Amino acid sequence: MEQIANQVIFGLLALVIVVCSILTVTTRRILRAATYLLFVLFATAGIYFQLDFTFLGAVQLAVYAGGIVVLFVFSILLTSHPGDKAPLLTSKRRVVGLIASIFGTIVCGYTLLTYPFFTKPLTSVITGEVEMKEIGHALMGMDKFQYLLPFEALSVLLLACIIGGIMIARKR
Amino acid sequence: MEIPMIAYLVVSTIMFFAGVYGFVTRKNMLAMLISLELMLNAADINFVVFNRYLFPEALEGFFFTLFAIGIAAAETALAIAIIINIFRHIRNVDVHNLDKMKY
Repeated sequence: MEQIANQVIFGLLALVIVVCSILTVTTRRILRAATYLLFVLFATAGIYFQLDFTFLGAVQLAVYAGGIVVLFVFSILLTSHPGDKAPLLTSKRRVVGLIASIFGTIVCGYTLLTYPFFTKPLTSVITGEVEMKEIGHALMGMDKFQYLLPFEALSVLLLACIIGGIMIARKR
Repeated sequence: MEIPMIAYLVVSTIMFFAGVYGFVTRKNMLAMLISLELMLNAADINFVVFNRYLFPEALEGFFFTLFAIGIAAAETALAIAIIINIFRHIRNVDVHNLDKMKY
C-alpha cells in the first residue's frame, strides 16, 4: 500500500517537473516562466523529501523557492513591464534549439537506459532520514569524508558575492 | 522505495534539456538565467539519486548538492546584480543589444 502511494506521488512529481520545466522555456511571458520555475523547484524539493533527504528538501525550499525565485520576480518587475510578451521566435533559432535539446535527450536517454547500473537493494542498508547530528559532524569535521574546507570556502564565496553585488549594483 | 532509479534520471534528463532549449532560444538575459537554474537543478537531482541508489551508506551526493545550492544562490544574486546594472545603461536586457564590453 505504501509502495503504491510512493509511486503515485513520484508520478505526480515527475509530471509536474516535466510539464512545468517545458512550460518554463516555452512561455512568452517571463513572469510566468519564473512562476513555472517555482513549481519545478517545489517538485524537486518533493523528490528530495521522497528520497529521505529531508534536510536537503528544506534547504531547497528555503534557498531556491524562498530566495532565488523572489530575486527573479523582483528583477523581472524592475526590468520589464508586466504583461510584456517576448517576441515570437524566428524559426531558425527555434529549430537550432529543438535540434540541440532533442538530440541531447536522445543521446543521454539512450546512454542511461543501456548502462548497467549496480543499484544496491535498499533494504540491505539502513534507510530513512539522515540524522541532523550526522550532517553537522560531517560539515564541521576535518577527517576523511568531512567537509570543513568546502564549508569555509563557500562562506568566503558568499561574503565575496555580497560585496561584489553591492559594488556592481550601487549607483554611481 | 520501489521506484527504479532510471525513472528519476529520465525526469532530470528532460528537465536538463528543457533548460538547454531555453538557454539557446531565449534573448532576455533573465530568461536565460532561469533556464540555467533548470539545468543546475537537474544536476542536483542526479547527485542525490546516485547517492541514494548506488551508495546509500555514503553522504557525498548529499553534500555536493548542498554546496551546489549555496553556490547557485551566490551566482544568481551576482548575475542579477550585473543584469540590473546593464539595464541601467542600455534600458533593456536583451543579449542582442550587448555588443560592447564598456560604455
